[in-house]
Amino acid sequence: MEAGCHSEGTRSAVGTALPRIALIGSPNAGKTSIFNALTGMHAKTGNYPGVTVSRYIGNTRIGDQRYVIEDLPGTYSLEPISPDEQVMVDVLHGRLDGEQSPDALLVTVDATTLRRSLRLVAQVLRLGLPTCVVVTFTDELTGRQGHLDVEAFEQALGVPVLRVIGNRGQGIDRLRDRIAQWRTWNLPALPPPAEPAETDAWAESVLTFAAYRAPGRHRVTQRVDAVLLHPIWGSVVFFAVMMLFFQTVFTVAAPLQDYVETFFGWLSGLVAEHIGNRWVAGLLGEALLGGIGAVLVFVPQIVMLFLLIALLEGVGYMSRAAFLMDRVMARAGLEGRAFVALLSSFACAIPGIMATRTLPSAKDRLATMMAAPLMTCSARLPVYVLLIGLLVDPQARVGPFGVQGLVMFGMYLLGAVSAMVAAWVFKKIGDRRGALMPFYMEMPPYRLPSVRSVLVAMGHSAKSFLRKCTTIIAVTTVALWLLLNLPLHSDAELRAHGVDPGDSAAVATYVTDHSYAAAVGHFVAPVFEPLGFDWRINVGVLSAQSARETFVATLGQVAAADDPEQPTQALRSMTHTDGPHAGQALFTAPTVAALLVFFAFAMQCMATIGVMRRETGGWKWPMIAFGYLTGLAWVMAYLARTVVALLGG
Amino acid sequence: MSLLADLPRGHRATVVRVADDAHPATARRLEDLGFTSGVEVEVVRRAPLRDPVIYRVKDYELCLRRAQAQCVLIQEAA
Repeated sequence: MEAGCHSEGTRSAVGTALPRIALIGSPNAGKTSIFNALTGMHAKTGNYPGVTVSRYIGNTRIGDQRYVIEDLPGTYSLEPISPDEQVMVDVLHGRLDGEQSPDALLVTVDATTLRRSLRLVAQVLRLGLPTCVVVTFTDELTGRQGHLDVEAFEQALGVPVLRVIGNRGQGIDRLRDRIAQWRTWNLPALPPPAEPAETDAWAESVLTFAAYRAPGRHRVTQRVDAVLLHPIWGSVVFFAVMMLFFQTVFTVAAPLQDYVETFFGWLSGLVAEHIGNRWVAGLLGEALLGGIGAVLVFVPQIVMLFLLIALLEGVGYMSRAAFLMDRVMARAGLEGRAFVALLSSFACAIPGIMATRTLPSAKDRLATMMAAPLMTCSARLPVYVLLIGLLVDPQARVGPFGVQGLVMFGMYLLGAVSAMVAAWVFKKIGDRRGALMPFYMEMPPYRLPSVRSVLVAMGHSAKSFLRKCTTIIAVTTVALWLLLNLPLHSDAELRAHGVDPGDSAAVATYVTDHSYAAAVGHFVAPVFEPLGFDWRINVGVLSAQSARETFVATLGQVAAADDPEQPTQALRSMTHTDGPHAGQALFTAPTVAALLVFFAFAMQCMATIGVMRRETGGWKWPMIAFGYLTGLAWVMAYLARTVVALLGG
Repeated sequence: MSLLADLPRGHRATVVRVADDAHPATARRLEDLGFTSGVEVEVVRRAPLRDPVIYRVKDYELCLRRAQAQCVLIQEAA
């Protein structure tokens, strides 16, 4: 796993000397659906070395020959204006470490934006590599009363031209045949001119020769946009879509999540029933199955999230949402497209971090990634419910609103505002070097995505989520379980300390109290003492490091609650066992407030750290995120404790 | 000659050139996006908070922030 995807891809690309075909094209030109049609679900994603730019490499077999297909980041130009774009140009020129130029290029152009796209085609043709132009959306061109004579277009360009409708798979077979003959592709007799004005003249002459008639305006898009981008109605629809988005992610997924939970509960039950050795049963049932269950329980929600994103993206609403939110995001130094990433982070920071791939600027990507863990993810919810239950009387009301609900809303607001501030700070730091990237975003016409393309997009995302998370979470839960359950205690030793080996609750409490984790809890006590945490809370915070929601069960176990899932009563009666506060209640209002705020800021999620490492291609950024969030969590928790103590006292 | 950023909604104009004081990288990218001399451009719509703005150029629509639209010099059609 540590080898990383890109190195694997590179090896197969260079080491075995398979023909390497690179796909170039503007965003929205249908490049990805052609890539998917050629490579199926076998694409590998990774990063270009040293930069936060995603790299997609896949394989395809045509006849007896295998080909490596590389999907380059979508671009409007081969003249780079940022380090991320420079990487793509370096790939094309074979300047990337240990790699040669691709053997041949496929340029995808949207037939409805041909006038603009020819500039990119001209730049690609000047590279002098075997090139085939793939024209997409010709059906839409015809539908909007446009026209293009593809044969004449081929003649005018002097390179092979193919018509492909990627999302319907039309023309893919012919494209495969064409790829197999890449060695015989014609090169243009004369490369297109480099001088801007001459390029325009060249483009116009090509269009005239190919009898190009630009498409009429897309009627549906015009009518829909008149509502969806209307100053008032547009905002209303936007908030309605967002509400619906969350309703679906949380309510539709909830029963499915219950099934997953029940299933894993049943599996653990089987393990407990059939494995006699308490210790082996615990390791297998609680640690391993519990760990995998903790990941899989989020899968329905995350698949739902990816499905909605793929759908809204495919239809074209995401760029509208980004357009509407751009001004708001600009306040944090970001752009509209970062909104989608932060929105997804409400469910889980991992899809949020993965969604930053749509951001063209690496600086924006990093700033958004640093902010994403602050958004209130669904793993924090059970912890907040428990702590708010300890802090606020369920009957307390302010006007028509229950105070518990208001505090919960406040926690969500705290997360969102801190995320914006964090993004702003990281953007400021990043912008000290280098020029600002100009902001531009194409507004594609509304298009009905094929079921297949939506499912493929969803499948890709869900697959990489599972691959990235399962290992890291399983390893962390097993490690934490070992910390919480070692060293071993013999029955004689238990009896000597007045614990009945037959009373499993008493044994569990004794084991936890004398575990290595407890030793760590005592060891870090001086750090958390100012926040009012005792060593038992420290154990809970430590166990939350694999997944936040385990805090509830761990505290329940530590407090020897009858029902570890509902430990509120047992926690209320807990007192400090030693030190200057011995005998005083542990969960006082200031301490609970400090805990709440600590959970709002701390990066207690190994999976997020793992995904950040993947997406940024190194340990630097996940370590920065972990460091700053943990430090911030302590400071903010201390502030919260002080403020609540002042108000209460 | 005026600036694209000041063109009211629904109006059309012809691009003269990208301003000389624009950052060279921004200027190059604006040209690659279609804002080259002699091309017709139309203001399609403004975002609810006035910025960014959707323009129609070379048969497609894209949005720019005011900062970028200020770099494009235009000649409004008479």
